[in-house]
Amino acid sequence: MNVIIDNFPLYVSGFLQTLRICAFAALGSLVLGTVIAGFRVSPVPPLRWVGTAWVTVFRNCPLTVVLFFCAFGLPEIGVNGAYFWFGVTGLILYTSAFVCEAVRSGINSVPAGQAEAARAVGLTFSQSLTSVVLPQALRTVVPPLGSVIIAMIKNSAIVGAFGVGGDLFAVGDTLTSSRGEAVLPVLIGVVLGYLVITIPGGLLLGLLERKVAIAR
Amino acid sequence: MTEPNPARPMVRMAAVDKFFGPLHVLKKITLEVPRGQVVVVLGPSGSGKSTLCRAINRLEPIDSGLIEVDGRPLPAEGKELARLRAEVGMVFQSFNLFAHKTILENVTLAPIRVRKLPVAEARKTGLELLERVGIANQADKYPAQLSGGQQQRAAIARALAMRPKVMLFDEPTSALDPEMVQEVLDVMSALAADGMTMLVVTHEMGFARKAAHRVIFMSDGEVVEDSTPQEFFTAPKSGRAKDFLGKILTH
Ligand SMILES: Nc1ncnc2c1ncn2[C@@H]1O[C@H](COP(=O)(O)OP(=O)(O)OP(=O)(O)O)[C@@H](O)[C@H]1O
Ligand SMILES: [Mg+2]
Repeated sequence: MNVIIDNFPLYVSGFLQTLRICAFAALGSLVLGTVIAGFRVSPVPPLRWVGTAWVTVFRNCPLTVVLFFCAFGLPEIGVNGAYFWFGVTGLILYTSAFVCEAVRSGINSVPAGQAEAARAVGLTFSQSLTSVVLPQALRTVVPPLGSVIIAMIKNSAIVGAFGVGGDLFAVGDTLTSSRGEAVLPVLIGVVLGYLVITIPGGLLLGLLERKVAIAR
Repeated sequence: MTEPNPARPMVRMAAVDKFFGPLHVLKKITLEVPRGQVVVVLGPSGSGKSTLCRAINRLEPIDSGLIEVDGRPLPAEGKELARLRAEVGMVFQSFNLFAHKTILENVTLAPIRVRKLPVAEARKTGLELLERVGIANQADKYPAQLSGGQQQRAAIARALAMRPKVMLFDEPTSALDPEMVQEVLDVMSALAADGMTMLVVTHEMGFARKAAHRVIFMSDGEVVEDSTPQEFFTAPKSGRAKDFLGKILTH
């Protein structure tokens, strides 16, 4: 176990890098996924088609392929930037499809009469979505969104391995392959790092779940 | 904006057809709701009354024909349609109050979001409206905490908060326990007495007799009779109306 203590600063920096990737990716995919869910239930058919196509592509494509596209495809069409951002973008695109479907199922759980009443008093589609439907969908959306975000945190390891580097997974890789440390203790450190993110995340979620359940 | 013309009806439907798949639910419907009048729509279950009501603010799009509100044809989906709906109040059988908002928030939401009224002003007029329908003391409760009759009166206040030109009611008392029907009918009668233009789908014959200027009887998607309550209740012309009245009035 000395390897963890000896390399503690390295672990911490890996931990922070993973946290950074996850924070940007969670924010981006929650916003993007919610917008795409809005597209999917929109009264405008072309928006619905875009939404459906989006989910079909990104939900059915392996994350590594999406990442390849971002890292090598985007520069080809003239988009340049840091590897970090390509990685985060790939994770956002991929995760947004799952966020979209969770939000959409939440929207469908709100009785149709609510949206009808909202439209009947003169709210536009986006107003009725943001002030009537989504707040009520939240209740059913929190648990599945939690699973999506936890899956996303774990997927951030693929982003790290992909060349963004510096994250928890990459730290483990460095210690075992380049420095030849024993695999088991190194990986235990890595696992602990992930658990420090996911377990409090799960607790926070439970809290949020209870909060939206009373808010009525 | 066109000038209000007292001679022009508030709502006009001409040769309106509507299908649900193969089912022809509105058949060449032609009718008018004159300004300041109450038109009651009667008819057996499944005759298309709700669909007719919902077509007027385009909650149900129609397949052919013309619907005008205050002289303007219904716009297609979009901002224009939202603007029209803001001027047409609607009261549903199942109330449909916003479940996550208090009664007062239900009443002020659209004035604030759509009419851009300052919050304080919206709350003030909202409370006045709740006072008018007799539930000002329930302002800070959530819909689920109110009785059906109170919820429906809140829903009427919510619609009135937009100062609509016309109010549509789709069986507003059908989901209520019998002892709560009257309190809602009283609010509606007061509105009618104030000169509100109303189209009311109902099974409440007492209300139709007392408050209606005209009675429209629908059956199988058609307007079968369009007459005064006096004529309709004492001397219905069609067999279908006689049949309907016979069934309704015997119990
Ligand atoms: N969304 C829908 N899809 C398919 N058919 C529908 C839909 N809404 C209504 N219908 C059918 O259209 C016909 C007219 O329905 P509508 O609700 O307008 O009748 P109604 O006169 O209001 O009846 P009730 O007194 O029971 O409320 C019925 O046969 C009904 O089954
Ligand atoms: Mg009906």
